[in-house]
This record gives sequence, structure tokens and C-alpha cells, in this order.
Amino acid sequence: MLTESEKEEIAEEVKRAGHARAACVDALRIVQRRRGWVCDEALREVAALVDMTPAELDSVATFYSLIYRKPVGRHVILLCDSVVCWVMGHETALEHLTRRLGITLGETTADGRFTILPTACLGACDRAPAMMVDEEIHGDLTPEKIDRILEQYR
Amino acid sequence: MEKPLTKMMRPDGEPLSLGEYEAAGGYQALRKALGAMTPTAVVEEVKKSNLRGRGGAGFPTGLKWGFMPKADRVRRPRYFVVNADEMEPGTWKDRMLMEGNPHQVVEGALLGAYAVEADVGYIFLRAEYAKAARVLRRAIAEAYGAGYAGKNVLGSGWALELSLHISAGRYMCGEEMGLINALEGRRANPRNKPPHPQLAGLWGLPTIVSNTETVCNAPHIILNGAEWYKGISRSSDGGTKIYGASGKVKRPGLWELPMGTPLREVLEEHAGGMRDGLKFRGVLPGGASTDFLGPEHLDVKMDFDSVPKAGSRMGTGTMIILDDHTCPVGMVRNLERFFARESCGWCTPCRDGLPWAAQVLDAIEEGRGEPGDLDVLADLCRLMAPGHTYCALAAGAVEPLQSALKLFREEFERHIRDKRCPWR
Repeated sequence: MLTESEKEEIAEEVKRAGHARAACVDALRIVQRRRGWVCDEALREVAALVDMTPAELDSVATFYSLIYRKPVGRHVILLCDSVVCWVMGHETALEHLTRRLGITLGETTADGRFTILPTACLGACDRAPAMMVDEEIHGDLTPEKIDRILEQYR
Repeated sequence: MEKPLTKMMRPDGEPLSLGEYEAAGGYQALRKALGAMTPTAVVEEVKKSNLRGRGGAGFPTGLKWGFMPKADRVRRPRYFVVNADEMEPGTWKDRMLMEGNPHQVVEGALLGAYAVEADVGYIFLRAEYAKAARVLRRAIAEAYGAGYAGKNVLGSGWALELSLHISAGRYMCGEEMGLINALEGRRANPRNKPPHPQLAGLWGLPTIVSNTETVCNAPHIILNGAEWYKGISRSSDGGTKIYGASGKVKRPGLWELPMGTPLREVLEEHAGGMRDGLKFRGVLPGGASTDFLGPEHLDVKMDFDSVPKAGSRMGTGTMIILDDHTCPVGMVRNLERFFARESCGWCTPCRDGLPWAAQVLDAIEEGRGEPGDLDVLADLCRLMAPGHTYCALAAGAVEPLQSALKLFREEFERHIRDKRCPWR
């Protein structure tokens, strides 16, 4: 299941961390970076490499909001729903995204292009409301601006 | 007005290179400490400076560092961790410090590590701060290259391995013991204290966890001295503070100002006051987990001793403003939903109390509230009070709720009486 390069990269993290299990989040991310998410089979193999049982590793994987244990779209939209964004118009941004993409929080578009997830404060409160698409933060969201942003991600 | 933390930064906020940082006096404090000061002398200087932890609790930093047991051969390695898991809603001061001057964070980490005689250092960064990750990774590599980190730091014989840990979400990772569990590859549940991490932290070994803004102060204290540091403050807490304001103010932003700057000055002079047509209604002075203050508290000095006298906490010093066109009940509902989602579930009052509070607030906001609901909320505040849970997440969640129940009582009652939210 895991490729040689994934195994090598995980082994490197384990070596760097000193304690195998300390590398578990990095290891999950190595898999996720290539596959988009972490399936059961990959999780079982990663567990062996970081010296944890699959159940133990899954308990850690499911703790984190940014380790995906279900498939996600090519681009993940993290829409901030914390207090400053709420004051500044999070609900309008959510309504627009939902209508425009035809999906709601936690869902993926039929063409596999986008998944929308809620997220805690992104630390972009001076540009609220804000969202993060992949690694990029976009602020001062308006319906028109959201449309322009979505065009950038194919 | 002195601005040690931000004066070197470029106007565009792009990171200072190693060369630019050195040219502006960077790493001189580390040279001074390693060349002429014992670790104990560094701790003593920080104690004298009255630097208090900038993560929100305001614990005196020198005292915290001084709690590390004396270094011995057996209990090693010793750890120094920079908490860069900035996830307090309304707070982005550490992001600005890391993105604008990553070497200042690295030098602060190195000084802290030297002060407590650590062997291993971590910067624990939240995953969403992708730019900070890029610039910090580079800064750490440059610090190794220049001999500031590694086997024999600046030829002093002291060895320090420094690395960046990138987390994967969840507010709880910023809690001291949760962070330590996360670094060990466990769920970020809290641990009981005592033992404190200085005695039994990461892997059971002596560990210090200090906030990013806190450690950024260390180079300036060491280079210019505790007396200078106290002198640039307007309060008994030393130094400057990165204050912030967000919500419907004219100019949301961050400003480095003397510690003890009054709330009104930050709001009116720096944030430009409220947007036209809006009135100030209330403020969370230091992030989501602080009590609301009202218009009668605007003259409070923003420092760790003054804000509690007004009934709140300084927290992270980045204030969130409530205006008169925004529903206070809706705002509190948003806050409690956040805390309910972010609870790790380890302690029963937090795991069960927060969703309960959020549901009651949902009902009130959606017009299904009942007269007894406010008593239920008050009871939940008592149930989740400090001391009932391992960490401060629940206690922090209670702060905006209990204060809103007092400050905006008539709004809650109106929602219940009219069976609707008047702002919708």
C-alpha cells in the first residue's frame, strides 16, 4: 500500500523525532500529502512504522481537524466560523459558498474539486471574514470575492 | 515610544533575513548571554524585568523558568518549547511576530533554552500558519548554519537541537499539558498538575513551555537590561505588548504599545474607533476566553493586574469588539459552540457542560428559549468553574458566558420573552 518513498520519508521523521510515536502526525501528513486523505489500510501501515497500534494511531488521527480520515476534494476550503468572522459576516460567506458549490459543511462537490470544512480562528481577524483554501488565506470575503477566489482553484 | 519587538520589521511584513536581523543587532543578546552570563543570571535578569507570559495567563516568566530543577546528568534531555499554537479566537499577534521576524523568535527560543539549560528546543506551530512555517524552517536552518544552534553554540560548549513541530489543528494543543501530549504523539488531552512540566513534562523530563511573544522579549531584556525594560512600560508589568483590535472598528489591526496602555487609547487612537453609525457595546479584552467588559470599563489599563480589577482578564491583549448592531446572544452562542467543539472531552464538566450550554443558547437565539434557561446557564457556569477540570478550557469558556449573562441580561430575557432574536 505505502510507496517506498512514503516509507522512507516516514522513517526519516521517526529518526529525527527520536521517539517513533512522536513522528505520528508527521507520518500521517506524509501520506495525506500524496493521497489527499488517510485510508484505513494506510493508517495500519503507518501505525507499524511509528510503533503504535492502529487503534492508538486512529485515536490521535481523529483528534486532529486537519488529518482527514475520509476522502476530500482536490482543494479544501477551511471556512473560519470563530467569533470575529461571525461578527463580520461569516454567515453570509457560508450561505454563498453553500449555494455556489451546492454542498454544505463536510461535503465534497460531485466533480471532486472542493470540500468545505469549518475551522477555528485562522488568525486573520483584521481581514474577517476569512477562509483558507489549501495553504492560502483569503480575507475580507464578499460573495463576489468568493466567486473570484474559487476560479483560481481547478 | 520604544517598540523593541517590531521596530526592525519591514513595512510590508516580509521576513527579515538573517543578515538584516544581525545588522539590526540580532543575536547580540545570545552572544552576550553565552559569553558573559550564567544561565541563572539570565533567569534573574528576566525575573527583574517583570516580563509576564504573553500567552494569556500572565505568569511571571522569570519565575516560571526558575522553577526548572538544577541541571543534572540523569534527567536529560531537558526541553524548552515555544508555544506558537496561536488559536485563541481574535488573536494573531504571534503570527505577525513569526512572519515578520522569524530570527527574533529563534533567538528568543535559544535564550530561553540557555536560561533553563535545555538540550532540545521545539517551536510548536499550528498547521494553518503556513507562511510562518516556511520562514521559521528557513530561519532555524540559517541559525544552525551560523553556529547559533547545534552541537557547540558559538563555541560555548552548550549544545541545543532546535526543531519546528507542525501540528494539525485543535485549540487544545495550545494548552500547556495538551501541547506536551501532542508532542509525544498522543491526543492533546491535559494532564493533572502537579507535577508541573518543569519537573515532569515532555517524556517525563524537565520542560518549559513559553509563548512566542514572551520569548521574543528575551533578547531585548538581555541586551538592554531589566531596568530599561521596566522603563518602557506604563505599568508594573514590564515591556511592551502587542495589542490588537478586531470587529467593527475603523482600522482593525495590531500595535506594539507600552504595557498598560488604556483600552480606550487602543480602541480610539489606534483602531480609529467604531465604524460610522455603530456604537461600542462591549469588548472581550484578550480573546474569546475572557469576560466581556462594557463602556464603563474603557479606561482600564491593559495589563495583567488592572484588567482583573475591572472583572476580566488581559488574556492575549487582542480585543474583540461588540457593536450595537450585533446580537450579544448570537455572539455568545458562537463562542460556546467554538468551545464545545474544541473541548477534548477528557473532563466531564467540559465535555458535557459545553454542548449543553451551546444547545441552550441555540434555543434562546432561535426563539425556543424558556424562562428557566438563564438559571441553567448560570448553573453550568458554576459546574465548569476553575478547579473542576484538568485544564482551563472550560473555565475560559465560562468567562464570556457568565459576563454576558450579567452585562446583556435584558437581551437574553428579550429573546426568551419575544421568542425571537430582534437582530434577525
